Amino acid sequence: MMSSFLFRAMDARAGVFLAIMAAVIILVPACNLFVPEESPFHVPTYAVTLMGKYLTYALLALAVDLVWGYCGILSLGHAAFFALGGYAMGMYLMRQIGTRGVYGDPILPDFMVFLNWQDLPWYWYGFDMFWFAALMVLLVPGLLAFIFGWFAFRSRVTGVYLSIITQALTYALLLAFFRNDMGFGGNNGLTDFKDILGFDIQADTTRAGLFAASGLALVLCFLICRSITRSKLGKVLVAVRDAESRTRFLGYRVEHYKLFVWTLSAMMAGIAGALYVPQVGIINPGEFAPANSIEVVIWVAVGGRGTLVGAVLGAVLVNFAKTWFTAALPDIWLFALGGLFVFVTLFLPKGIVGTVSDGWTALRQRRISSDFGEGSGDPPAQPPQSPAAQANVPEPVPATSRAGAVHPQPAE
Amino acid sequence: MTRATSLLYLDGVSVAFDGFKALNELSLTVAPGEMRAIIGPNGAGKTTMMDVITGKTRPDSGEVFFNGAIDLTGEDEASIAELGIGRKFQKPTVFESHTVWDNLELALKAPRGPFATLFHVITGGEKTRINQLLDLIRLGDKRSELAANLSHGQKQWLEIGMLLAQDPKLLLVDEPAAGMTDAETAETAELLKDIAKDHSVVVVEHDMVFVRALGVKVTVLHEGSVLAEGSLDHVSANERVVEVYLGR
Ligand SMILES: Nc1ncnc2c1ncn2[C@@H]1O[C@H](COP(=O)(O)OP(=O)(O)OP(=O)(O)O)[C@@H](O)[C@H]1O
Ligand SMILES: [Mg+2]
Repeated sequence: MMSSFLFRAMDARAGVFLAIMAAVIILVPACNLFVPEESPFHVPTYAVTLMGKYLTYALLALAVDLVWGYCGILSLGHAAFFALGGYAMGMYLMRQIGTRGVYGDPILPDFMVFLNWQDLPWYWYGFDMFWFAALMVLLVPGLLAFIFGWFAFRSRVTGVYLSIITQALTYALLLAFFRNDMGFGGNNGLTDFKDILGFDIQADTTRAGLFAASGLALVLCFLICRSITRSKLGKVLVAVRDAESRTRFLGYRVEHYKLFVWTLSAMMAGIAGALYVPQVGIINPGEFAPANSIEVVIWVAVGGRGTLVGAVLGAVLVNFAKTWFTAALPDIWLFALGGLFVFVTLFLPKGIVGTVSDGWTALRQRRISSDFGEGSGDPPAQPPQSPAAQANVPEPVPATSRAGAVHPQPAE
Repeated sequence: MTRATSLLYLDGVSVAFDGFKALNELSLTVAPGEMRAIIGPNGAGKTTMMDVITGKTRPDSGEVFFNGAIDLTGEDEASIAELGIGRKFQKPTVFESHTVWDNLELALKAPRGPFATLFHVITGGEKTRINQLLDLIRLGDKRSELAANLSHGQKQWLEIGMLLAQDPKLLLVDEPAAGMTDAETAETAELLKDIAKDHSVVVVEHDMVFVRALGVKVTVLHEGSVLAEGSLDHVSANERVVEVYLGR
């Protein structure tokens, strides 16, 4: 049966992904901590941190793929949720500094002393406790996404209009966080972190731990996304993506489905941001820049939207290229990124993973049907419990669209 | 017939688009268990009428009642579907990147909330029902095919199958035979007659051969209101009907 055959292929894909992730999560920290520096297998700490950063980007891309690839919501504002998660973690890290800051104030972060503030603002309460900060990492992006989505989806804002207001959202937050009196360090953001959960944030072991945590978070969120996309709910999401109004006429309340994945996706972006900040050592309003959100969409498009694995692959590949370009040819990077996007849109509309898996499926099909042609094996596409060949199947009129031409089709 | 005993009751319904009256004081009553054919020239307002019944378009004035008591003008598409009104679109609209089987599974009557679908496991009963439907719409050997790969006629049939999967009380079927060969058209008429045995059905169709094959009461719409009503022979004898059909 075609669909179970596809499912099996996807299982294999998920298995490969999980195996690679397991190897990466174990080997990279091990090659950093236990392999002597002279060895060619030694992974320097800066590389661990760099790859850890890629993994948090991959998680952000995964979150975008869930809403864009499966539900058709093109978010150009996911970096906002990422940054909010990052700020929540940054606030925890600031409060861990204690008296080690330049001004040595046990409670107030340096920038507040500098601004002559006397008391900690109420919204900084609780961030000295890790569990509270961790909760906020999920709740703040989740709540903002819920409120935003509640209004946007109920008013049936879709397509390009929705994309534009997501850009407006992240831009508004950018401007807000730039202001000193917001109490988040203004322009400079939050930085000079000392330790996390009592461990020195600069230590190799901490770096390796953060890397592994990023890898585990990615794996966990990947599994959640997959179990969602393969459930009946996942089928409804794809139905919404392809023919939203048809889905409504079947009785599905589309706005509830959108709100569910949208909020979940924002929380995943928040986790990504929270893991990003201790590894790069700073969070500032620049993370809210509209261009950041657009870049994420490019990662997903390059890897292949609606594939989950593709989002991860795209994020890692593009960021690897970015690291290389910005060191070797810094002026070229934005052109290269733009060129890549144009190339992918024109020649690889399904992205790397989508194109490869299409090719693979076609190859398998051909092999199976040639096997069948030689008389070995059962008919390939014969479904189980299939009734005997129908006597009076209507003669099909010429197909108007073929396999390659699956495109969203709005209900009338 | 009075509102209380009707299944579908429209009274004085008007809809204007930028001043153009797509529906003009339209009144129409469908009895429980009835099958009704609606004909009328292009732009007569047939699709707009379905839009009003299914909550896609709000009427500017007039009453729309389902089951005698439920005011449909205050409900949205999803709740009207849940009340038991299913709809097939004029342009066949199926979920192209889903298989035929998944299209039917999505349509199948079941709790519609996100948490219900997230934890849904397909039951034996549901599989049996989908298999029955596949037989009925003659797509048994296409169950694993993507809906995008179906022919136009097969998409029409799949959409009718999805409609049945919802198990609605009332089916609104907009031009089910459009783009079909003569043989397919005849078969579709048979299928609808079969369906009408235990459902109420409103069919919009241009094809007179098809409408004759249905052999049911016909309502002729013109410029947003009812021009004539009765058997096909009765309305064909009406001069005004002949005029609007020939005059277009
Ligand atoms: N959303 C809309 N905005 C503006 N005008 C509309 C809209 N929907 C329908 N109309 C107009 O209302 C009139 C009735 O349209 P409707 O689609 O109901 O006709 P119909 O009887 O279904 O015709 P056909 O046989 O061509 O399907 C047409 O003139 C159409 O152009
Ligand atoms: Mg119409």
